[in-house]
Amino acid sequence: MTKSYEEIPLTPIADMPSTMNITGLWRVIRPVVDKKKCKKCTICWKFCPDAAIVLVEGVPEIDFRFCKGCGICSHECPSKCIVMVKEGSD
Amino acid sequence: MAKTTIPEEEFTYPGSTGCPGCGANLVMRYLLKALGERTIVSIPACCWAVMPGYWPSNCLKVPILYTAFEATGAAISGLRAALDIKGIKDVNIVGFAGDGGTVDIGLQAMSGAAERRTEAIYVMYDNEAYMNTGIQRSGSTPWGAWTTTTPVGTTHDFKHEAKKDIMAIMQAHRIPYAATVSIAHPEDFIKKIQKAKGIRGFKFIHAMSPCPPGWRLNPMLSVEAARLAVETHMFPLYEIEHGRVRITRKGKGLPVSEYLKLQGRFSHLSESEISEIQSAVDASWRYLEEEEKYAAQAGINE
Amino acid sequence: MRSLMTGNYASAYGAKLSRAEVIAAYPITPQTSIVEKLAEFVSTGELNAKFVPVESEHSAMAACIAAETAGARTYTATSSHGLTLMHEVLMWASGARLPIVMTNVSRAMAPPWSVWVDHMDSIAQRDTGWLQFFCQSNQEVLDTIIMAYKICESKGVMLPAMIIEDAFILSHTSEPVDIPDQEMVDSFLPAYAPEFKIEVGKPMGFGSLVKPDQYMEFRYKAMLGMKAAHDRILRVEQEFKQVFGREHGGLLELYRCENAEVVLLTAGSVAATAKDVVDSMRSKGVPVGLARVRAFRPFPHDEIRALGSRVAGLGVLDRSYTFGAAGAMFSEVKASLYNCPKRPVTKNYIAGLGGRDITPKTIERVFEDIQLVTKRGEESEVEWVDVAGLPRWWR
Repeated sequence: MTKSYEEIPLTPIADMPSTMNITGLWRVIRPVVDKKKCKKCTICWKFCPDAAIVLVEGVPEIDFRFCKGCGICSHECPSKCIVMVKEGSD
Repeated sequence: MAKTTIPEEEFTYPGSTGCPGCGANLVMRYLLKALGERTIVSIPACCWAVMPGYWPSNCLKVPILYTAFEATGAAISGLRAALDIKGIKDVNIVGFAGDGGTVDIGLQAMSGAAERRTEAIYVMYDNEAYMNTGIQRSGSTPWGAWTTTTPVGTTHDFKHEAKKDIMAIMQAHRIPYAATVSIAHPEDFIKKIQKAKGIRGFKFIHAMSPCPPGWRLNPMLSVEAARLAVETHMFPLYEIEHGRVRITRKGKGLPVSEYLKLQGRFSHLSESEISEIQSAVDASWRYLEEEEKYAAQAGINE
Repeated sequence: MRSLMTGNYASAYGAKLSRAEVIAAYPITPQTSIVEKLAEFVSTGELNAKFVPVESEHSAMAACIAAETAGARTYTATSSHGLTLMHEVLMWASGARLPIVMTNVSRAMAPPWSVWVDHMDSIAQRDTGWLQFFCQSNQEVLDTIIMAYKICESKGVMLPAMIIEDAFILSHTSEPVDIPDQEMVDSFLPAYAPEFKIEVGKPMGFGSLVKPDQYMEFRYKAMLGMKAAHDRILRVEQEFKQVFGREHGGLLELYRCENAEVVLLTAGSVAATAKDVVDSMRSKGVPVGLARVRAFRPFPHDEIRALGSRVAGLGVLDRSYTFGAAGAMFSEVKASLYNCPKRPVTKNYIAGLGGRDITPKTIERVFEDIQLVTKRGEESEVEWVDVAGLPRWWR
């Protein structure tokens, strides 16, 4: 929505967190975590480019509003407990 | 309870508009984890000028100064001068530029900033081409790569020039610290940034930044590619401290083909061309090892 | 304190008295002595500033932009090729709404190589969103720098300004200059306190990407800033006059234009010569006047319309050429006059390029020519003055 010239700062100063961009809509494939197999190594969290993984007592919680489905977490998981499935399937 | 091997606090928000699997996203994430909140980042025209999102979106929890393409070196000098004259201390100033904005158009300004001993950390995230504008070749594109301006075609017109050795260029500037870092080794990455932070003067960090669309690489393998780059010696991990070379990870010395075969941008290379790359990489690695030995023998910085 | 000094030293004193905090500059003839003098002030502690010896003019402006964004008052100086090298970032400075003040020692562009005065370098920046002041004396240079900081840093303006000295004629010629007291300048010009600056603890991004659906509004605001500069210039000059007892003529200085039949409009040091010619012609009873464009940006639209409506003939002397329909100043003057019910006869004279001296004799002949075309009522677009091979002027 275009803001009136009176409502904008003098120069474009960006001061809103990027969580306004729902990049989860980009996904074509989605990671599925088998929490029972998870060894809490934290490697998936470490390698997520988008910081879309949050550790809850060491176990990854993926924020699907932002996860782009790149699959790095799945590839890097040493215990192979993250599987990429087609987005839209269950 | 799980223990993370790198600092837990995030200084980036999700929602950056980088491509899925973008290596540059990880470079920034690790950089800021190492430096913390008292950081100002200067970003020229490059992927990262766009990744924080359209106004008013900012995916960083630190302030950003966007600048013209070639101006990073000058901007960090200006920022530091302003903070100094105002008596504002304990602020990390970071110039965060792509390879094009550093080794090509940005080289002069960075050289000036290094020569002036500007108190800052310059991080070059190297995705090995002008990616933001659509994968055109840069001075940092490796020999053999397809890009849109070295499009192979029917005349084998891939990039025939060697990758500019920016670490050697910075070594020649006699800066106190330069280091290569990899997103495949976040612990080493963060340690080197924290080391740089504690050194006075101009510091240079060369971060390899795998680019799935530009390298024709499966996004899942972004970190894997970075890992293989180190293991094959295509992107060795080393430091240069006051002229002294120190290799920080030996790497297994795997054949370069292991790394090249992951990426579509090298798929046109013949066996003999891959051998050429192997020889060049072996020679560079041997040279690096010799430099390290020489530095130790010559007692540089004992 | 009265002193004899060059225009360049006047610039340096102007920046020093304005308490510039970060000075990033690169040497170029004939600006060098500005930068040298400032380096001297910093090295003796007379000026508490950071001097950044950058490696190009583009970097000089980029460093000033960064420093100004961080809240420091900045200054730089350049000339000719240095100015044009900066062009990209000049546009950045105004789009970023940063009140940077810069001296441009206006010098001809190469090729051919020339170190002497003309205004092509300055005029070529008229689209950058910078305020532009053409000075005719070294006193004006010093005063205008101090005034410019006050004008530009005001909330309604927030645009950068360039103070233009004619190469060698002002930059390297000594004139008597009154150096104001630092305390008086401090009372006139407060410290720079921007509404926004880049600082730790405030994660803002300065200069973001904006889509087509929002970009125009930012440009509109910049236009409003330039528009506001008009009144601000007049106001600040009145304040300056109250404190220091001097003024320099606002945006358009009128010299003996009352009851003038024809007026010559020009900018820079040639205006001072032209004033002498006006005096001598007036003493012979010829009703001529001189209008000096002091502020080319913001363009003195209203002032020119007011002047144009009361004279019969208006000649414009451009010390530059833009390869357009005519000289830049002439084109803009005509644009201002177009809708006036009462318009003078106008003519454009291109003179003084590459440092070609514009003598009193030449100016007298220009006045005679304006009178002639005014009498005949004929409009002629552009005439190049004192060019060998053009028999009309070159005898």
